[in-house]
Parts: sequence; structure tokens; C-alpha cells
Amino acid sequence: MRREVLRHRLLTRRAAILAGGQALLLAAIGGRMYQLQITESDRYTVLADENRISLRLLAPQRARILDRFGIALADNRQNYHLVIIPEQAGDLTATFDALGTLIELGETDRRRVLREIRRKHSFVPIMIRANLSWEEMARVEVAVPELPGVSIDQGVTRHYPFGETTAHVVGYVAAVSEQELDGDPLLELPDVRIGKSGVEKSQDADLRGTAGTSQVEVNALGRVVRELARVPGKPGRDVVTSLDLVMQEFVTRRCSAEQSVASVLLDAVTGDVLALVSSPSFDPVPFSAGLTSAMWQELSNDPRKPLSDKVIAGVYPPGSAFKPVVAAAALTAGVLTPETSFTCPGYLQFGNTTFHCWRHGGHGTLRLRDAIKKSCDVFFYETARRVGIDRLAAMAHRFGFGALLGIDIPGERPGLIPTRGWKLGTSGAAWTQGETLIAGIGQGSVLATPLQLATMVARLVTGRAVSPRLVRPEGLMLPGASPAPGDFPLLGLHPRITALVLDGMNAVVNEQGGTAYAARILEPGFAMGGKSGTSQVHRISDYERSRGTRKVRQIPWKQRDHALFVAFAPVGAPRYVCATVVEHGGATGGGGSAVAAPICRDVLLEAQRRDPARRVPGENGVAVLDTAGNRPGTPGG
Amino acid sequence: MAGLSSDTGHELSLVGKLGGVSWGLVLLVFIAAFFGIAVLYSAADGNMQPWAATQMIRFGIAVVPMIGAALLGIRHWFRAAYWVYAVALALVIAVDLRGFVGMGARRWIDLGVIQLQPSSLLNIALVLALARYFHARSDQDITRIRYLIPPALIIVLPAALILKQPDLGTAILVVMSGAAMFFVAGVRLRFFALMALAAAATVPAGWHFLRDYQKNRIYTFLDPESDPLGAGYHILQSKIALGSGGFFGRGFLNGSQSHLSFLPEKQTDFIFTTLAEEFGFIGGLGLLALYALMVAYGFVIALRCRSHFGRLLGLGIATNFSLYVFINTAMVMGLIPVVGVPLPLISYGGTAMLAVMFGFGLLLNVAVHREARIDGA
Repeated sequence: MRREVLRHRLLTRRAAILAGGQALLLAAIGGRMYQLQITESDRYTVLADENRISLRLLAPQRARILDRFGIALADNRQNYHLVIIPEQAGDLTATFDALGTLIELGETDRRRVLREIRRKHSFVPIMIRANLSWEEMARVEVAVPELPGVSIDQGVTRHYPFGETTAHVVGYVAAVSEQELDGDPLLELPDVRIGKSGVEKSQDADLRGTAGTSQVEVNALGRVVRELARVPGKPGRDVVTSLDLVMQEFVTRRCSAEQSVASVLLDAVTGDVLALVSSPSFDPVPFSAGLTSAMWQELSNDPRKPLSDKVIAGVYPPGSAFKPVVAAAALTAGVLTPETSFTCPGYLQFGNTTFHCWRHGGHGTLRLRDAIKKSCDVFFYETARRVGIDRLAAMAHRFGFGALLGIDIPGERPGLIPTRGWKLGTSGAAWTQGETLIAGIGQGSVLATPLQLATMVARLVTGRAVSPRLVRPEGLMLPGASPAPGDFPLLGLHPRITALVLDGMNAVVNEQGGTAYAARILEPGFAMGGKSGTSQVHRISDYERSRGTRKVRQIPWKQRDHALFVAFAPVGAPRYVCATVVEHGGATGGGGSAVAAPICRDVLLEAQRRDPARRVPGENGVAVLDTAGNRPGTPGG
Repeated sequence: MAGLSSDTGHELSLVGKLGGVSWGLVLLVFIAAFFGIAVLYSAADGNMQPWAATQMIRFGIAVVPMIGAALLGIRHWFRAAYWVYAVALALVIAVDLRGFVGMGARRWIDLGVIQLQPSSLLNIALVLALARYFHARSDQDITRIRYLIPPALIIVLPAALILKQPDLGTAILVVMSGAAMFFVAGVRLRFFALMALAAAATVPAGWHFLRDYQKNRIYTFLDPESDPLGAGYHILQSKIALGSGGFFGRGFLNGSQSHLSFLPEKQTDFIFTTLAEEFGFIGGLGLLALYALMVAYGFVIALRCRSHFGRLLGLGIATNFSLYVFINTAMVMGLIPVVGVPLPLISYGGTAMLAVMFGFGLLLNVAVHREARIDGA
């Protein structure tokens, strides 16, 4: 038994050691628990919250784009999608069969939905059909209680009520590209669209608004369990454009008679662009939804360039429409007086070269007023020679040529006013006097956009450095209010000089023998003044090429010319300015006076009729503000 | 003295036996089990289905073998020890041969009615077998290596089979339980040193024996944050659940980690995290204290027993139980690699519950038959 006692004693000792070891392990476990649950608890609590709380962005409603009186040119439209949530759906086949009696649901649709259901978590809604029509929506809505898991999802798409009419100004939106990510988390949402052109692009920051956030609790699979907090986003701010939709529609209609036209109507006093039409235009809707490559090919291969806004991005040699600038430069330089006369035999011999007047027989002896009226080339060759390219270029710059005007939509091009430095820089050759002569009739390397031509006239009639604008930061035009003049610096031209030039432009239209006499406005008090121009065909890509490699005199003359006309009205107190370029409009032989001038006439006449200051009471014109639905809640923010 | 009381165990009436049961221990077992059912109820988002109700039924069923094991004469257990071991070993072999794969490992055997995981039963059988073996060996015998080879085989054979399933956690448990039996049986310390050396020598070979996922678990254990969404995900989420529980916990039914499914195996191996997330440091410590009390009960019962077999059996069962607890809790706290060992009485699982209750039945048996005398070899 002694052995048994010894064995028991050993066992007891060993058991005590074992118990001690287990106590140590228990202490280790307890210590670890203390470390995790007390010492580092805060850190893990944060991690647990990060796990379960997910911040979801709430996309704000994109703001609208309005015309000057509040008509929506771009807004948002509800659309309806049919979705199914697999985990709530019962028998899928039965559901599909039932749906098939309500809407068209093909076998391929079914297979696609089934495939997606297999691939995704069962709580993710699967799209059955996008963009239900109103009727389909109504039919399904009624039946939804009998269709487990099926529901109608609302989405928002950008809507352009006037489509092609305003497409170049308003622009369009589309899915955000990689390059456009600017750190705004909103842009990373899958359904958010960003402005790609026009006001949609230039005012995107205002229109977009600020994303709201929704704090939701999610489980490990990403399924939303509940919402914890919500910070609503700030909707974008409506942008008021300077456009007058009625005028925009009028000009669009008027331009549609020709193949390819750029026409712009300005309020010279405020700088507001009342209408900006580049015809033909394009439908902005497919751009938001996603353009097919066939549509894209068709649009981009069209020689009439529907995608390009020719008013701001089309550059044309201004031709004779440039002559008012040459006259102003000569009068300012003192190389010419209203009494100075030159003789036009139909050509000018200069060095080895003969420079022709458009009129073969010549104009005979004439002074500035008649030279403008009859658009004598020889007179302006001589005038340009006397002014010299430096002073001519300086005056052209004062009128807004050769540089961006800063219009508030993207895509504007600067055109070109050639100078000695430019010539040397691009071709390495010295400037020749012959080129000065060519520039004197707005040809050669001189290139201008229709907007620059309109701006030139606006500056001429106001004597101020008017800058055209498409966005009105001050908001809507109030009905009946007269617009505040723009705060533009003086141009620094002597009023007598501008008066002389404008008098010549008056003669162009309103005196027998003027080049646009046929297009004069007969209504008393509404008469316009203007200047025609005819310019060679000069495609934009050619322009790039000539600028880089060709010598000015080597640019080939082509037969089908562009027809240009710039005009202002009324002649007594000029307010409205219109510039129109009809591409290849010179083919009929009449030049700017025959094709472009009538467009300017009709546009200016309509603009004056609509002018609230001149409108006869009771006359129908601006009945646009009574559509309360189009009035924004906070005009201009 | 010994002779006088030698037959008392034999003649105990049923009432006498029931009087000898440590009702305090039974109470602790019931408290722990119902704590576990409450946690399972919470893990199912406040539902009895699918776990809590089943677990309750299983517990109710498992009470029967516990009582049975407690009341059967200790001598019957002594005689049956090797047979019980043989049956358990046969079941383990059967799993290796024809068991089906569950959770990526072949650990289960389908008995038609229930699916049995024999490796957890083997732990108890092993203790029984070793207790019987060492009971019959004198203190002289156990100083000789040749007497230690049979018990070493009793351990290594099932351990190797279980490792092959593969179930590293249970294999380690078997080895550690066996080693504890060797230790309390009085085997000389130099033998342990020898074994440790032998084990160290086989580690490089054993590394090749491990499956890729087991190796990954060890890598993950060494640097859990290196791959927070991959292999380290479970342990990181587990630590987050524990840590965010704090001192008082997030409250019953309020644990976000478990309710939002961030926790892996929240109803089985990782149930301690669910518990500690909702009941906090206090709750976790409370459960550990409960376990400590049960183990202490086991030690007291064992040391009060007159027979060597009873003492070894009691200590073995108690130590095995506490090893389960340590390995499971250390695993979910990131102290050791994830090895897949359930938390006794709490984790959802039938065989584990059965094995644990059977173990407690044997422990109660030792208490009931503390005066019994056992002869023979």
C-alpha cells in the first residue's frame, strides 16, 4: 500500500502542476480578452462600424437649362424600368409567362435575365426591360401584386424638349469618362451623366449639384439592412441662357431652307446671344443614351458637319464683310478721309501681280461710302496698302478677330488675323505687301467665325468692346423689363469714324446700287444696315494645313464660295446684330447678298417685332411666361 | 482501511448513486448549455431556427448517456475501456475509408439517423483506455520505455488517422490529452523531453504532410493582416467582433459582426466571438469562469477518488475539456492558428455535444464511485 500512497502523492503533485498550467493558460486567454476588448476596443469598434456601415452617394437631380424667359431647354424626365428581385420571386417561369401577356418578352430576354440571376446576389434587382412605355408601365403596374419580386424602378434621363433646335447651345450629357473624373465622388456613380458639349459642359459644375450621402448598414454580402442616416444632396442650379427660344426656333426654321448655315443673332447692347443656329443640327438624345457606331459614323462623315457648331467653330475668310474693319483702320490712321477718292478700273497692278476687283468693268472713281456700298475691291486694296498690315491687324484685334471671344460654351476657335510675326513663324518667309492687299478684302489668311463677325458689328454699332455671352448669371429676363446694357469698355474709336462706316453699311442695303438692296427691310423704322461677303470654300482641316505649311498666295481659289452677310437693325438706333454664313451658298453666283442677306433680313425683322420695347400692345409674341410649369423656383440660383 | 470500504461501490443502491452525483457540476453543465442555446438563438437573428431548437433537443438527448455513464458501475467502465477505445478507433478508420467530406475535410460518418464525427468521441475513449492502462502499471513499470510504447501507440495511431482526415485541431487535442495522461500517470520528465525531441525532428516532415489550406492557416496566423480579404479574413473579423464588444458588449441580439454575417462559422467554431461581441468582456470572462469551475470540479472529483483508474479518468476528462476550451478561445482570439475545434457545450454540433456529455457522465461516475476499489490489469 505504500506504493499506492506514493503513486497517489505523485499523481496529486502532477495534477497540481497540471492545474497550475491550466490556470496560466486561463490567465493568458483572459489577458488576451482584456487586450482585445478593453485596451484595443475602440479600434475594433471603428473597424466593426466600417464593416457594417457603408456610405452610399445620392445623386442630386441635374439642374435645368432655361432660355432667357424660363422655358426649359434641358430637363429631366422620369423613365420606368421593369426589374425583378430574384430572392422575392417565386416560380420564375410562371412570372415570365404572366409578364409575357402584358409586355413583349422574348426568349432571349428571358435567357439573359436568368443568366444574370445566376450570376448576381439574389437581392440585387435584375433589369427585365428598360424604358417601359407609359402604356406598358400602366399594364404592369396593375398586375404587380400578382407578380412576386417584380417591381417598377424609376430612373431619370436627360430630356431636351427642343432637341435639334438647341442642340449646339445646350449640348448633351453622357456617361463620365476616365479623364473627366475630377475628384467629385458623384462622378463615380454609375448612372451619373456629365456635360459633354455646349452649356451642359461649360456649366456642368453648377448643373451637377452636390451629392448627398446615405449611411446604410450592410452585411458581409453587401446587402443593405437599413438606413442609419441621410444627408440630402444639393440639387444643381438652373442655368439661364441668353437664348430666346422663339428666335432660336425662327432662325432654325429660316436656315433649314439652305444646306449648311451658321447664323447668330446678338443683342448688341447686352451682348446676349439671342439665337445661335448651326444647321444642320443633331439630336442630342442618342448621345445621352449611348450612340451606336453607325449613327456616329453618319454624323461625323456628313460634309455639312452637323456635330460642329459652325457659329463658333467654323472659320471662314470673311471676304468683303471684313471691309468695315479696313475702313475703320484707315480712317483712324488718317490715311483716308471720307473725301479721298480712288479709281477702280477693275484691277490693280501691284508689282508683278494683278489684283482683280469682283466687278470686271471696274467701279470708276469712288469714295469710301460708295466703296462700301458697292464693295469695291480695288478701293480696299489701295486702302489696305496705305494702312499696312500692322495697323490693320491691330484694328481687327480690337474688333474681336484673331482671338477667342470667350463665349461660354466650349469649342470656340480663334480664327486668324495674319501679321508679319505670324508669317515668319509659320512659313519662315517675310511678309509681302501683296498679302496686305489680299487681307484688305478679307481673303488670304484672314479667317473669322460667324460669331466674330457678329461681334465686329456689335462693337461697331455700340463703340464698345461687346463680348457675346450665352449664360445670364443674373437669371431670367423679367417680362417687360428692358435689359441692362452690358458693362463693356469703350472701344476707343472716334464716333465719327464708326458713323461713317455704319453709313456705308446703311447704303449697302438701303440705297439703290448697294450690293444688298434687294434684301432691304421695307417696314418703316425696322430698316437694317449690313455688309455682304463672299469667301472661298475653306474647310477647317484645310485651314490647319495652310496655316502650317502653305504660303498665303498658294491657297487655291475654289469655285463654290461661302455666302456671308453681317447686319444690324434698326439703322437709326442699332440694337440687334445678325451674322449669317451660308456654306457654298455662293454657288448660285449671287454671293452673300443673294443668299445670306435675306436670312439676316428676316431674322432682324422678327427680332425687332418681338422686341418688347417696340411691340404694339396686343400683338402676339412673347406669350411664353404663362406656362407656369416652365418657371424655375429660383431663377438663376 | 482500504479493505473495509472496498466493496461499498459495488453495493451502492440507485438512490445512493444519485446521492453521490455532483449536482453542482450538473447545474454548471446546464447553465453553460443554455448560455450556448441563447447565443445560437442570437446568431440566427433572434430565431430558434435553425440552430437553437435543434441544439436544445440534442442537449436533452445527450443528458441520457451522461446519466447512464454516471450510474454504470465504474468497474464495468474499467473492463470496457479498451473496447470503447477499439470501437471509437474503428469509427475513425471507417471515416477514413468511407466517410463523406464536410467543410472540406472528411470527418463525418453517416449513420443514417445521425451524422457522427468519431474523432470527438475518440478523445473520451482515449482517456478511458489510458486510465485503464496506467491503472495496471506500477510506478516501476512506467519508468521503463517498453511499458510506455503501448500507451504511446494508443495516442499516435488515432492521432495520425485524424490528422489524415484532415483535422489538425482534433489530432493536436488527442496528442495533448494523451500527454497530460502520461504526465499525471507519473511518467518521468525525461521521457517527455525525449518525445519533444522526436516531435521536433518530425516537424519538417510533418510540414509536407499538411494540406495547403493548413499551411495557409499557419501563414495567416503569423501575419493575419497581410491578406485581410483572403485567408486572414476570418481571424480579422473575429478579432473585430471581440474588440468591438468592449467591456459590456453590444447587448443580446445586437452584435453587428455576427448578425451581418461578417463572422465565419458563427454558430460553430467561432461562437465565442458572437458571445463576446454581444456580452462583452464580462460575458466572455463569465463563460471562462464557468469553464474553470467545471474543470476545478473535475480535479476535485478526481483527487477525491480512491482508485487510480478513477483519478486518471477524472483528470483526463477535465484536462481534455479544458484543452478544448483553450484551443478554441485562443484560436478565435488570434493566439494560435485556426484549427477548427468546437467550444464545448456552446458550439452547435451533435457529436461534440454527445462526446462532452459522455465525458461529464464519466466524471460524475468517478464522483459516484469515489470509494470503489478496482483490481486487475
